[in-house]
Amino acid sequence: MKKPQHLVPDILRMRKRAGPIVALIVALAIVPLALAACGGGTSSDGASSSAKAGGDVEVFTWWAAGSEKLGLDALVGVFKTQHPDYTFVNGAVAGGAGSAAKDLLQSRLQAGDPPDTFQAHAGKELTDYIDAGQIEDISALYDEFKIRDVFPADLLDLLTVDGKIYSVPSNIHRANMVWANPSVLKAAGLDPKATYDSIDAWIPALDAVKAKGKTALSVATTWTQVNLLETVLISDLGTDGYIGLWDGSTDWKGADVTKALGHFEKLMSYTNKDRDGLDWPEATQMIIDGKAAFNVMGDWAVAAFEEQKQVAGKDFIYFPVPGTDGTFDFLADSFTLPVGAKNPDGAKAWLETVSSLEGQTAFNKAKGSIPARTDATPSDFSEYQQTAITSFGKDTIVPSLAHGAASSIAVLNAIADATSKFTTGASDLKTYQSELAAAVAL
Amino acid sequence: MSALTTDDLAAPLGRAVTDRRPRARNRFSVARTLRYLALLFFLLVVLIPVYVLVVTSFKGIGDASPARAWSLPQTWTMVNWRDAWTALAPAIARTVEMVIPAAIISSFLGSMNGFVLSRWRFPGADLVFTLILFGMFIPYQAVMIPLLQLVLGSGLPNGIPSLIVLHVIYGIPITTLIFRNYYQSVPNELIEAARVDGAGMLRTYVSVVLPISIPSFVVVLIWQFTSAWNDFLFAVFFSSSQNGPVTLALNNLANGALLQNYGVSMAGALLASVPTLLVYILLGRYFIGGLMSGSVKG
Amino acid sequence: MPRQIRQWGPPLLLISPSLIIVGVFVYGLIAINVKTSMTDIHKAAQATGRAPSHFVWFENFANLLGSDAFQHSLKNLLLFTAVFLVGTMVMGFLWAWLLDRPARGEGIFRSVYLFPMAVSFIASGVVWRWLLNSNQGEMASGLNRLFQIVGLDFLQNNWWNNVNVGIAAIALPAIWQLSGYVMALFLAGFRGIPEELREAGRIDGASEWKLYRYVLFPQLSPVALAAIIIIGHMSLKTFDLIMSISKPANYQTKVPAIDMYVFKSSFNYADSAAVGVILLVIVAVLIVPYLVRTARTEKN
Repeated sequence: MKKPQHLVPDILRMRKRAGPIVALIVALAIVPLALAACGGGTSSDGASSSAKAGGDVEVFTWWAAGSEKLGLDALVGVFKTQHPDYTFVNGAVAGGAGSAAKDLLQSRLQAGDPPDTFQAHAGKELTDYIDAGQIEDISALYDEFKIRDVFPADLLDLLTVDGKIYSVPSNIHRANMVWANPSVLKAAGLDPKATYDSIDAWIPALDAVKAKGKTALSVATTWTQVNLLETVLISDLGTDGYIGLWDGSTDWKGADVTKALGHFEKLMSYTNKDRDGLDWPEATQMIIDGKAAFNVMGDWAVAAFEEQKQVAGKDFIYFPVPGTDGTFDFLADSFTLPVGAKNPDGAKAWLETVSSLEGQTAFNKAKGSIPARTDATPSDFSEYQQTAITSFGKDTIVPSLAHGAASSIAVLNAIADATSKFTTGASDLKTYQSELAAAVAL
Repeated sequence: MSALTTDDLAAPLGRAVTDRRPRARNRFSVARTLRYLALLFFLLVVLIPVYVLVVTSFKGIGDASPARAWSLPQTWTMVNWRDAWTALAPAIARTVEMVIPAAIISSFLGSMNGFVLSRWRFPGADLVFTLILFGMFIPYQAVMIPLLQLVLGSGLPNGIPSLIVLHVIYGIPITTLIFRNYYQSVPNELIEAARVDGAGMLRTYVSVVLPISIPSFVVVLIWQFTSAWNDFLFAVFFSSSQNGPVTLALNNLANGALLQNYGVSMAGALLASVPTLLVYILLGRYFIGGLMSGSVKG
Repeated sequence: MPRQIRQWGPPLLLISPSLIIVGVFVYGLIAINVKTSMTDIHKAAQATGRAPSHFVWFENFANLLGSDAFQHSLKNLLLFTAVFLVGTMVMGFLWAWLLDRPARGEGIFRSVYLFPMAVSFIASGVVWRWLLNSNQGEMASGLNRLFQIVGLDFLQNNWWNNVNVGIAAIALPAIWQLSGYVMALFLAGFRGIPEELREAGRIDGASEWKLYRYVLFPQLSPVALAAIIIIGHMSLKTFDLIMSISKPANYQTKVPAIDMYVFKSSFNYADSAAVGVILLVIVAVLIVPYLVRTARTEKN
């Protein structure tokens, strides 16, 4: 056995062999680093490109796949035609599980590195950005692009804060729809063509389905339950009462709300027990598979049915949530102009495209929602979309809670927390109501 | 333990995992069979989620849903794999470009730190080690905004360069930990011998310590490779889908639409896990050998 | 004095880049976080200075620690960590013990056990969401359905849908992902024990059990401690897994990391920072004993 000192020459000999290896490893480290640094600096950083006339416009959305991406692509196509001197830079970060998109956006705005424009839900969701002075008042653009009259007055009212408008809506979805499977209804002895005037009138139908052993009402994770909650509130409180919830004129602690929450509790008793672990398509799938009779969801659900070749009227039917016919519970995606955007002219060009008829038609045809503008040609769109366009034109428009139109993010989060606590059985109705009242006061 | 044995000396030189214990005399002993049965049982248990992943990746729309999680595909389709490959291939290339420098550089830094904190010490070395180690536990969520401001202010290009720098920075605590523990089992005599020969710190490090660190380098490289490859938070904040790593592309693929396509996200995830799996398989042998050379002994 | 400087100068110089980096990117950021946690910045307007903000010192901490919601989160974290730790330590040790003796195909077993670590949570989260579906009986899917198929019906349960202990079910995917790594640590620990030690024990006539208890376990305890620290700290940081399987609002699976995220998304920066500080303190409390022990063993 060699003594340690005698191992040193061995080691030094090893070093001679190790030398080239170490050099190779170091090269492996440095070369890609150098390449990346050179490449990264020039081509990929859209946000820090020059803001000359023309130039890059970084558009931040969470539309990275599926029909949303198709819609975005269509919009970009129109943008290229209308504003060929600007280059669209796709800053899409998918939301999904991590909601990374909103986290990143919020952080970038806070850190002073905003994109040129970003997607947000129109309505009170923007309150925080407005209060923080992070997005610009673009009322002037409404006059410049002459779009004040093409959006419904109700909608513009809901988007106006202190007389100023901060975003341009691109598309509208309706959140108060019921989707149903006619065969399951028939099997429960119900007439698929029946309409229900109120939640109370609906309950016997739900009982009938439950008696047959199927899930009467399918629902998914917390936000879909909040979606259900808001439709119940609209139904029981009426449109004025519901709007009053958000401007302070309706008392959250009042008896009306208690009655509505009671209905919500009753409806939840008809739902599937595994709801918290499901995402909304899985609740819709229960309708498609014939495992459930009714499902309350926004009209993006049409895409789920169509994807599986379901035919409206035959394989599935739809109608407004009982008691809400004549009310359009809206949510809208919209685009803003952040303060300190690197290419504000480019952003304004983008906003013009978004607000234009060509832009909205192209976008919504691909995405499946309906234009916010009232002057679109209905025959360009699918059957469901046409009914939605008609409703949007004549119904009373109310803001959706679950989708950022009716309240700020903090309030929505608190309502969602309270709802989850309630539907998992950790709080009773009285506590739930007081927690909701506290949430709105945030 | 004052007497050095060949084991102690051979260990840092990365003895391969050859087993010198006497082989079991009876190849078919009951104990051996039971052992294999247990190993097989656990293998199947671990593979259960993998089965769902694989099977779903070959299913079309509507088929790929939780209700049909256990069934084999109604029709086997390669379309998910094709779409996943198109969406992820450039990102995978960029991720390789990011991970290799990050892993190598942070390993070298960890090695230097570990050497200095265990073998060529100075007063307060233990305190310094504690301070560096604590960096391992910083909750990133809480510090993202100031970090964002810091990186923006530094002028570092968005994308791979920023990510390399960040992975190096936040890899320092754990690489330092692993190397420090590893170097503690290097016999003092080796260092003394070099010192007696007149070598200063740098020469000792380069001539004596570095060559025998190969097993520990492999351990650290594997750890840094995995954590950088699977990182999502930094990728979202400091790169974009055009210049970012595969986790970002996978997230966009899986979550970028209202209607999720489960088949394609499973195929994408499996695709994204292949390089890491390859690293485990190829270097797994050395992985165990390196750890065994004392890198995690308290 | 100059001689000492000549001795300590080089190492200090070598480690100074890392010190500066850690100083700025860890402690600098932690300091900013602590400062935010002591203000009353609960709204976006305050964060950009358009509304006033004040120093409130420990008020946020008092409110948080006193609130039912946060206490529920802490309870969940405790339960989750306990199950996660025990699960990975037991599985990891068991696998390492099984693989320690020569085994054919050891490489395959090892790679398979390690593979879950390689799979992104973005997809494994979805799969586990399906597996942990809480329906039982007729409507069962996921693991409950699997139990039915193999005839283990009685094992069905509602997994994480349970308000009180549901979080323990979330530990299952975490255990699946990290047991392989613990196995690797223990395997290395086993193989680092000099054969002479085992031989000596056997020659002295010790039984297998005594061998393990008095020789092997003490040798393995540093490895076990390292594993506990690493798994423990990952448990505190578990966030992506819960976000993929459950959703942030779900009451059953609230943990401080989720609270931190929800506060931040509500523009409540002060409370978010406060949760971060609380987590750091918990971590500090856990690793300080380890480090004191390490420092002591080195002095010996």
